[in-house]
Amino acid sequence: MRIKALGRLIGASLIGFATALAALGAWAAEPIRIGSVLSVTGPAAFLGEPEIKTLQLYIERINAQGGVIGRKLELVHYDDGSDAGKANAFTKRLIESDKVDLIVGGTTTGSTMAMVPLVEAARIPFISLAGAVVVVEPVKKWVFKTPHTDRMAAEKVFEDMKKRGFTKVALLSETSGFGQSGRKETLASAPKYGIQIVADETYGPKDTDVTAQLTKIRNTPGVQALFVFGFGQGPAIVTKNYGQLGMKLPMYQSHGVASEEYIKLSGPAANGVRLPAAAVVVADKLPKEDPQREVVVAYKKAYEERYKEPISTFGGHAYDGLMIAVDAIKRAGSTDKEKVRAAIEGTRNYMGTGGLVNMSPQDHMGLDLTAFRMLEIRNGDWVLVD
Amino acid sequence: MLAEFIQFLFSGITIGSIYALAALGFGIIYNASGVINFAQGEFIMLGGMSAVVLAAAGLPLPLAILLAVAVVAVVGLLLEKLAIEPARNADIVALIIITIGASLVLRGLVQVLFGKNTRALPAFSGDQALQLLGATILPQSLWVLGTTVVIVAALAWFFGRTRFGKGMLATSYNRLAAQLVGINTRLILLGAFGLSAVLGAVGGILITPITYTSYDAGIMLGLKGFVAATVGGLGSGVGAIVGGLLLGITEAMTAGYVSSAYKDAVAFVLILLVLFFMPRGLFGAKVSERV
Repeated sequence: MRIKALGRLIGASLIGFATALAALGAWAAEPIRIGSVLSVTGPAAFLGEPEIKTLQLYIERINAQGGVIGRKLELVHYDDGSDAGKANAFTKRLIESDKVDLIVGGTTTGSTMAMVPLVEAARIPFISLAGAVVVVEPVKKWVFKTPHTDRMAAEKVFEDMKKRGFTKVALLSETSGFGQSGRKETLASAPKYGIQIVADETYGPKDTDVTAQLTKIRNTPGVQALFVFGFGQGPAIVTKNYGQLGMKLPMYQSHGVASEEYIKLSGPAANGVRLPAAAVVVADKLPKEDPQREVVVAYKKAYEERYKEPISTFGGHAYDGLMIAVDAIKRAGSTDKEKVRAAIEGTRNYMGTGGLVNMSPQDHMGLDLTAFRMLEIRNGDWVLVD
Repeated sequence: MLAEFIQFLFSGITIGSIYALAALGFGIIYNASGVINFAQGEFIMLGGMSAVVLAAAGLPLPLAILLAVAVVAVVGLLLEKLAIEPARNADIVALIIITIGASLVLRGLVQVLFGKNTRALPAFSGDQALQLLGATILPQSLWVLGTTVVIVAALAWFFGRTRFGKGMLATSYNRLAAQLVGINTRLILLGAFGLSAVLGAVGGILITPITYTSYDAGIMLGLKGFVAATVGGLGSGVGAIVGGLLLGITEAMTAGYVSSAYKDAVAFVLILLVLFFMPRGLFGAKVSERV
């Protein structure tokens, strides 16, 4: 009897404590917990680093302005070291022990795809920052993404080639995941634009010389233009070798090289190169009436003031992911996961650094080809050509 | 047709002499200690990176290059003093693992100190390509080739004619016997690390205008250099050069005439064949004859 009574007493006081704690929590307006797994170190660090910096910068700014729906934002961040396996483990931790309200992140396609099954099962809104089409195709109920896809890049390039009357094109792609996914999409969308791929060559991401491939391409009968799909130092070496060989074939690059670094590394050989890029790369050069000017200039100013380094499109993807999430929470009026998910899916006319976003149940990215600008490099600087 | 072939050949020679420079560094430490130094690729990266950073800081290019070589030499000596020497009685495998650890540390330090970006160095004699029989070659490639030849000649003289060089060879054949005849094997090992660090640095600086550099550039260069050294015969100077050029030219010819997708595969098949029929590498046997 006495033991039973004691048990009841302990039970009652536990309930009392729990109630008191819950009341305390409500009074302090619990923060909205935004989970994030990014590749801040490892080979994809050049993507992940601007992403985490952007998230930190803007969460700080939003909190300074009073947060969202009266609650502060709290970032719970893990670095997967560009390892998809780790991304999966950290996502589990975000869901099970950190109890986040939504997730922004997944720097690479590999990491994102490792996270997808977990967020789908846990029913948590997830905005990925990875490039490949596979993230949102087929549509997954809880998964969204902000960056442009490689298919869009290929289509934008083909659109420009068609305008200039090129139909026989040589493709030189990198053997990295990015390059090979790009190659696949390029080959798949070429027929739609009446373009024939007459040479299909590759190079390794760490190759130091590609003159052999370029010579082969130059000697391909009927070739009218060259399309290079890769990122990092590889495309710069391609460009340099192209200059060395004195090639006159019009060259296109992918959105993977849309950074000042590419121009700097390639030198004068880059003049005349065309590539599709997000508006954020040419923030200062957008005409006054451009609807995207305001958002990219503001982002550029905020980021560069804080970190004293040039912005990149990748940080811009994180900005868009966070802003779409914040906007959805405001419209949902709560952090109820189903309501937030529906609100993200209902995003209309959101103008971000990546372009105009119109989500729908069929389209969890919401960008179209107008999100890309066709740029040409002239005298070591970007020029808008369309 | 001929122009095409010569272009592939130039491409192969350029890549090949880069591999050869990396292979030489492996050979020297192997000769002195029997250790495969997996930080050799990092010496190459560090040479290029230091030159870029010093040049970007406003130093004139020749001074930046000299200082960069000095920096890497010091790193090589420190590596031997702080990591290899305390473990000198451990077996070879343990020492090799230590060099792998050292390579990770160096890569990490450069990443933290100088960032993750790819960096470039201006070419020594401009970027204007030279025309030859319808093919083109960069002046910087000639710098790489010329310096490689000079280095090989200097090394041949060093190992064949100087007391210190002969001591190094003696140590590699039998450390105990070398000690017994009065050779300071500790100093020899220190010298070997310093020398191959300098060699790596020179290679790294020479190739940076062609290939660029970044904190992780050493991985691939180290790997290909090791392959070239193995094909040519570990420890042989001539072998390193021939192995490097053979690897580079095979890669370029495959990319040109077959398909760039098979480039690396064909190179590795070549290595398998060489090792299968000549397990000591192309020039490895000559080394054992000298014993």
